[in-house]
Amino acid sequence: MAELMAEVVIVGAGPAGIRAAGILAAQGLRPILVDEGRQAGGQGYRRPSPGLALDMDTLMGTEAGKYKALHADFAALLNRIDYRPRTLVWGIEDRRLHCVRDGRQTTIAFDALIVATGAMDRIAPLPGWILPGVFTLGGAQAVLKDQGCLVGRRVAFLGASPLLSLAALQYRKLGAEVVAVCDTSSFRDKIAALPQLAAVPRTLARGIAYLAALKRARVPLFDGVTPLAIEGEAGVTALRFRDGRGHERRIACDAVALGYGLKPETQLAELAGARFAFDARFRLWLPVTDEDGRAGEGLYLAGDGAAIGGADAAEASGALAALAVLHDLGLRSEHDERPALRRRLARLRRFQQGLARAFRWPVAALARLSDEVAVCRCEHVTAGDIRRAMDADLGPVDVNRVKAITRCGMGRCQGRVCGPALQEIAAAHAGLPVEAVGRLRGQAPLKPVPLGILEEEEA
Amino acid sequence: MTMRRTDVVIVGGGLIGAWTAFFLARRGRKVVLVEKGVVGAQSSGTNFGNLRLQGRFPGQYPLSLRAQALWEDIEELIGDRCEFDPSGHLYIAFNDAEREKLEKYAAVSESHGLAIEHLGAADLARRYPWLSGKAVAATFSPRDATANPRLVTPAVARAAKALGVEVVEQCTVMQARREAAGFVLETADGRSFGCDHLVNAAGAWAGEIAQMFGEGAPLFPAGPPQFVTEPFPYFIRPSVQAVDGTVIFRQIPRGNVILAGYPRTAADPIRNRAPVPPAKTLAAMRHLTAVVPALRDCHVIRVWSGIEGYLPDMIPVIGPSMTTDGLFHAFGFCGHGFQIGPGVGLCLSEMICDGSTETPLDPFSIARFRGAVAEDEKFRREFDLPAAAR
Ligand SMILES: Cc1cc2nc3c(=O)[nH]c(=O)nc-3n(C[C@H](O)[C@H](O)[C@H](O)COP(=O)(O)OP(=O)(O)OC[C@H]3O[C@@H](n4cnc5c(N)ncnc54)[C@H](O)[C@@H]3O)c2cc1C
Ligand SMILES: Cc1cc2nc3c(=O)[nH]c(=O)nc-3n(C[C@H](O)[C@H](O)[C@H](O)COP(=O)(O)OP(=O)(O)OC[C@H]3O[C@@H](n4cnc5c(N)ncnc54)[C@H](O)[C@@H]3O)c2cc1C
Repeated sequence: MAELMAEVVIVGAGPAGIRAAGILAAQGLRPILVDEGRQAGGQGYRRPSPGLALDMDTLMGTEAGKYKALHADFAALLNRIDYRPRTLVWGIEDRRLHCVRDGRQTTIAFDALIVATGAMDRIAPLPGWILPGVFTLGGAQAVLKDQGCLVGRRVAFLGASPLLSLAALQYRKLGAEVVAVCDTSSFRDKIAALPQLAAVPRTLARGIAYLAALKRARVPLFDGVTPLAIEGEAGVTALRFRDGRGHERRIACDAVALGYGLKPETQLAELAGARFAFDARFRLWLPVTDEDGRAGEGLYLAGDGAAIGGADAAEASGALAALAVLHDLGLRSEHDERPALRRRLARLRRFQQGLARAFRWPVAALARLSDEVAVCRCEHVTAGDIRRAMDADLGPVDVNRVKAITRCGMGRCQGRVCGPALQEIAAAHAGLPVEAVGRLRGQAPLKPVPLGILEEEEA
Repeated sequence: MTMRRTDVVIVGGGLIGAWTAFFLARRGRKVVLVEKGVVGAQSSGTNFGNLRLQGRFPGQYPLSLRAQALWEDIEELIGDRCEFDPSGHLYIAFNDAEREKLEKYAAVSESHGLAIEHLGAADLARRYPWLSGKAVAATFSPRDATANPRLVTPAVARAAKALGVEVVEQCTVMQARREAAGFVLETADGRSFGCDHLVNAAGAWAGEIAQMFGEGAPLFPAGPPQFVTEPFPYFIRPSVQAVDGTVIFRQIPRGNVILAGYPRTAADPIRNRAPVPPAKTLAAMRHLTAVVPALRDCHVIRVWSGIEGYLPDMIPVIGPSMTTDGLFHAFGFCGHGFQIGPGVGLCLSEMICDGSTETPLDPFSIARFRGAVAEDEKFRREFDLPAAAR
């Protein structure tokens, strides 16, 4: 039974990580489940802080059932897994994770690693986006679910994402005034994506229902929007844009939630040895895996951190990754669920490809982004700084070199926020396809680590 | 296939190659600078940025001081300051044995005309109140400086280009030989170059070029780990170094603190990798907070290293080949090539144009590797590799 002693570590306690843990525990393994958050659930199924009485049934709406089921399953798992919350993985070396927990260094050895680190917002800069009061769409949702806070009283939602209308509804339910939902993609984009979206009719219907609910509530909805600027001095005071019919509008607000879909958090997978390939549908570099999530020797990827798929796909791919681990350890089960899971996952991911089509990443707008707009907010590097550096004799083309010369992507977030925009701006300026300007390479620490970190305690 | 003929070909577009090209062009030579990747992206672009004069190999002072004068003139020379900052360098000792070592270094520096301030614990507390009491003594050299390595090499190469140098990027030299009419080089993309003089400035890869001419040096590729923090209010002006090598740090006016520390880690020049083991990050952080406690809550945001060539006696090879007329080597800078870079370029240009240079370079001849070379104490102490790896 040597295999049973194999140490399986899962990073990320979202739907992918929790499902993976459940399957491993059912086979008698005791996986270690690590998450930097205080509570399990990940992003979509984030739970309110203890002691905060939020009406999650109302907030989660049609997804309340799944939300409750996941958290109930997790609670039932707790005594069969080694769950380590508040534990940030910041580095990896020789099958050992380096983590910081409550200010102290810890390491975790593993034989197999499931990386289920989820996703974050993809952001397209526009004039004024670094003003106080501008939040990423996911960030706006996170403070709402985690702390019951609103990013503002009169909030505008801007970008291209199905989460735009969901977040707007959630904000409305908690008492914010939603002054506008501005979708930069057009109705035509959505029609074109219908065949792929029809792969998952239930989710498609849900998206339409959100929009209908916003309409009923007389929330101003715009599509085919061209964002012009977020205005304000010390903070946001208005959003200015051109609507689908070409009329310029200025809507007063005190906060803007901004998002253009999600991008996977792949830094840990990268440091663990995953290879990357450019995916033209998402215009993102994604880690290369087989259909069950294998990305290398003892390395498995699941959930939105492998490929954007949403919560249902995260659960399915988490299960698949765990089954792959078991399979590779020689622990096959009688009844093989993998073929069914693979079919389900393929269908869910097809739906996501439809979403990427319906809610377009604004490639052309980024190519035209005016020179004075900051692209990297950590280091305050503007689009003009990038272009000027590239124009210099012997100037850089590859984004890693652009970063070295301009500091774009060199700050606290390590290019997580500005990376996708940098790629588009550099590619457009060089007149090259976006994949030809390369991919920002990740480096430890995955997130900032305090200098005063305490030493590891003897085990 | 036609061969491109020129006076000098320089293999390697790092700092050494770029400065050599620049000074040769100023003397009217036709130069082609061949770089396998892009200019200044290896060691020269990833280094710590210290232009340290204190504590150098004694035989290097004439070269080093000549180089510093060029750095001090950099804006005049190439039209770009590259964040050159005469911030001074504080060398600190944690005990009496280290203090003695500092005093010895200082005596050498002073014998070459460098002004050194000798500071005791009380001076340190007064001048640098942010230093913990751990440091018992220090020497301060006001002429030491720093510059931004990410900017310098491209800027020098641009200036060289403006003087007529042809800079060829993404071009790997695969073969080089000496024929009656001069050198013939072949590159991976099928080009060929002919020249009268050849400069081997190929950094950690220079051993391969030397071997093409039947000579070598025991070059060992390694990378000193580097770390940088988020911006913090600017309060550390000089560049600071513990004489035991555990921590070297400087703050840039933007606020980030850059830190480094020995031991160095083996690097892989073939796969182009210079790993930084997490344990080193932790050790560097611990050492820095011991010296500057105020930084305890500051965060490290990124680590990196680079691929540098080291030689067992911890000094570079600079000068003519022993096997082939017209071939000059400049490699194996053992972690201190940034400071002497402009000086090395100037000396090479003089050797090529005038047949000799006024700067004494005898200790750096490749001839020393014909016999057994004694390992420097630093080579034993400042790397963490299995002995077999060497
Ligand atoms: C901000 C945000 C809000 C979202 N809101 C919704 C929503 O309301 N409805 C919806 O259907 N979908 C939402 N999504 C989509 C969501 O990504 C998926 O529905 C689903 O949560 C993906 O599950 P996952 O398990 O792959 O990742 P996640 O649920 O994102 O979980 C990943 C987990 O990994 C942890 N983690 C990451 N890196 C590290 C590290 N280095 N060390 C330790 N832990 C780490 C994180 O703390 C997180 O808990 C949201 C996405 C984001 C980014
Ligand atoms: C992390 C780090 C920190 C350092 N800190 C300092 C410091 O603070 N102060 C200091 O003085 N020094 C420091 N150094 C050392 C200094 O950076 C180097 O000594 C110096 O940059 C060497 O310059 P170079 O031109 O010889 O090498 P490189 O910059 O490595 O250039 C050599 C070039 O040759 C090219 N090349 C190789 N083979 C071929 C081929 N066959 N064909 C074409 N091109 C080829 C390579 O691609 C490379 O670009 C540090 C080094 C590192 C790695």
